[in-house]
Amino acid sequence: MTELLVGTKKGLFVLEGEPGGAFAVRARAFAGEAVEYAMRDPRSGRVLASVTSGWYGPRIWHTDDPAGEWEQAEGVALPEGGDAALERIWVIVAGEADATLYAGGDPGVLFESRDGGATWALQRTLWDHPTRPDWQPGGGGLCLHSIVPWPGDPDRLALAMSAVGVWLTDDRGRTWRHGNDGIVPRYLPEDAPGDTINLCVHNLHRAPRRPERLFMQFHGGVYRSDDAGATWSDIGAGLPSDFGFPMALDPADPDSAFVIPLRADVDRVTPDGRVRVYETRDAGATWTPRGEGLPAGHAYLTVLRQAFGGAGEGDGLQLYFGATSGALFGSGDAGTSWFTAAEHLPPVFSVRATR
Amino acid sequence: MALVRLRGPLRTLAGGRPDHQVPGATVGELLRALERAEPAVAGWILDERGLIRRHISVFVGGDPAREATVVGDEDRVDVLPAISGGS
Repeated sequence: MTELLVGTKKGLFVLEGEPGGAFAVRARAFAGEAVEYAMRDPRSGRVLASVTSGWYGPRIWHTDDPAGEWEQAEGVALPEGGDAALERIWVIVAGEADATLYAGGDPGVLFESRDGGATWALQRTLWDHPTRPDWQPGGGGLCLHSIVPWPGDPDRLALAMSAVGVWLTDDRGRTWRHGNDGIVPRYLPEDAPGDTINLCVHNLHRAPRRPERLFMQFHGGVYRSDDAGATWSDIGAGLPSDFGFPMALDPADPDSAFVIPLRADVDRVTPDGRVRVYETRDAGATWTPRGEGLPAGHAYLTVLRQAFGGAGEGDGLQLYFGATSGALFGSGDAGTSWFTAAEHLPPVFSVRATR
Repeated sequence: MALVRLRGPLRTLAGGRPDHQVPGATVGELLRALERAEPAVAGWILDERGLIRRHISVFVGGDPAREATVVGDEDRVDVLPAISGGS
């Protein structure tokens, strides 16, 4: 049985099923609220959800049973009396140290929990970074959306923000450095400074079996780094568009990546009215469209940043993505073929799978 | 002391009681005092800046109010989710 935690504009949906058929809705939580992201911590089994009330602001909630009672996490707030307020939590990720979790949000903030998500603290060196006054938000805000631990090493972490590029630490956040060399922002003038940090990264993933390798979906460009994020190479050739948001990897194959291109930043729908996932198994040298089972006629879907997730690996890799149309698609054969897992959900913000 | 009246989830957070008498000369002071008296409310009405959240409406004696609105001891302060929709 596979469990899908689907964050939507109108609540969290917990679905269960087997690849190939429709999934059943087992629970709905936070009805009416925007659930930006939800994940199940594989170590504890605890489910954490980022919920942004239109009236009462953003919060993280946690539970052992998403169909039961939820508890509000403590400490998910900015310092009182300042000139900024927390807008949204975009992502929650399990860290490498015991019971450690990270959460990223807007305005460009990182929170850390060391007790499995019950209490959180603002990561101060990033909050107090001297370049912060120069940080520019992307269209979705100043969002810290990607948090990428290094398997087995709790000191090493990569972050990505829109639109403030990639950030790297080797000392668990005591110091941060940029990891942006090679990224070409086509939305800036050609004579823009080469060391600009006004870089709109859309997604960042690490290949767990080769952790110095990272893949990035950029705001116009798909990139790969083989040196832990220090330098980047464009691998977008062969895609119908190098614009998009979501990305997934096969954990077993460090040469693999899956993206869902959108036509362009001015037209954020699937190209040619066809929904296709593009797969590389040679680290971006070539891309193969995977559309079997996906809508292929006048299908203009938008798939958001966190709305693509997987479970398992290798031949057993399952992939799932949801669209703002409320449709949810899955693959039980590592992306070769697809099925409709659910229809008519509210606009899908995030999808995370556990089996 | 002025009377703060809460509805919906705010009332639930504040011990299930709708009415709370708290000290303060302005709406902002009153709401901070409410947070001290009912810590579960902290962050739900005022954000970190001390500003009333965008889609929360506060009324003093039936008139729309902001953080700096002066409050008298006999005033009733209503805190409501705003009629804001469209998404």
